[in-house]
Amino acid sequence: MAKFTLPANSVVKPGLKYAAPDGAKRVRQVTVYRYDPDTGENPRTDTYAVDMDTCGPMVLDALTKIKNETDAGLTFRRSCREGICGSCAMNIDGTNTLACTKALDDIKGDIRIFPLPHMPIVKDLVPDLTNFYAQHASIEPWIKTATATPPDRERLQSKGERGVLDGLYECIMCACCSTSCPSYWWNSDRYLGPAALLAAYRWIADSRDEATGERLDELQDPFKLYRCHTIMNCTKACPKSLNPAKAIAEIKKLLVQRRG
Amino acid sequence: MSMRTPLARVKGLGAAKEGVGHWWHQRLTALALVPLTVWFCLAIARLPGSDHATLVAWIAAPFNAVLLVALIIAGLYHGYLGVQVVLEDYVHPHWARTTLIVVSGFGAFLLALGAIFVVLQLAFEN
Repeated sequence: MAKFTLPANSVVKPGLKYAAPDGAKRVRQVTVYRYDPDTGENPRTDTYAVDMDTCGPMVLDALTKIKNETDAGLTFRRSCREGICGSCAMNIDGTNTLACTKALDDIKGDIRIFPLPHMPIVKDLVPDLTNFYAQHASIEPWIKTATATPPDRERLQSKGERGVLDGLYECIMCACCSTSCPSYWWNSDRYLGPAALLAAYRWIADSRDEATGERLDELQDPFKLYRCHTIMNCTKACPKSLNPAKAIAEIKKLLVQRRG
Repeated sequence: MSMRTPLARVKGLGAAKEGVGHWWHQRLTALALVPLTVWFCLAIARLPGSDHATLVAWIAAPFNAVLLVALIIAGLYHGYLGVQVVLEDYVHPHWARTTLIVVSGFGAFLLALGAIFVVLQLAFEN
């Protein structure tokens, strides 16, 4: 059965509290999920008082400041700090988004930061995305053709055909969408999830690809595709303002269309 | 502990190559149920206080009997498809899921047969 309660060793306990430095005037409380697999202890939430006058504008700035100045053990992924690498996806203020593009000013009250929901946790804010990446690989996200490449130029697309890919190719695979989806929470072992399905549709919709039918064949499955019940959390969560729910609906429409 | 690669686990037994029929039938029955349910509610709203004979005569009228049978088929088929979705979402052991889906299918089928039988019996006896 689906698990609606956490196992006993996953229950989150209250953790440590770190005071603000002396003289800090504009202080905000940042509560962060902490889990260290090496200690065998339950996860806990540590609270850091952060001086906003010496902190950058984004949630990632606050996390970096905490790691640099207060608690070097705090573990999170980050790289580009401008919303293009997808590394710093986490659950902030109850919503999956990128720490680097989420402004602290947009959060009312205390700042609460958790890892992406319903994923195995490696440490603190770092989820294990192995299955998520394998799902992306499983939809074979590359062009497949039988026709040989023209010897003298690239494969051509009309402007209209290229336009179809707008809103599909921009996915940065941060996993905000898939991990916001209840169907993915309950069935991620078999349901591909919105990110992989958006990527699948990106190739189905590509005018240059010659494996559209085979791609649809591989998706037509009660679990791989049809666990999507158009809940729309994916579209709401996407920090790149993409619409995975619509892409999935287009796949479902094409599957009906080819029946007759 | 499995030594299979993550990709092998994701690919599993491959795509079932079905599901579009289920999805399409769920939408078709939903579409059919809109007018049928409106008709049924309006018709029932006009019947309170009627005696047994009036009610039986209403069911036995060919127009009503045909629509009632349609409502029963569309409603129970739609319900069965919906229950199947819920079971697939929430019941994970394969044996339990399959058993419950089969049982709910038989149950819906028997309910439909029984309900249709009653309507037809009233229709042909009156």
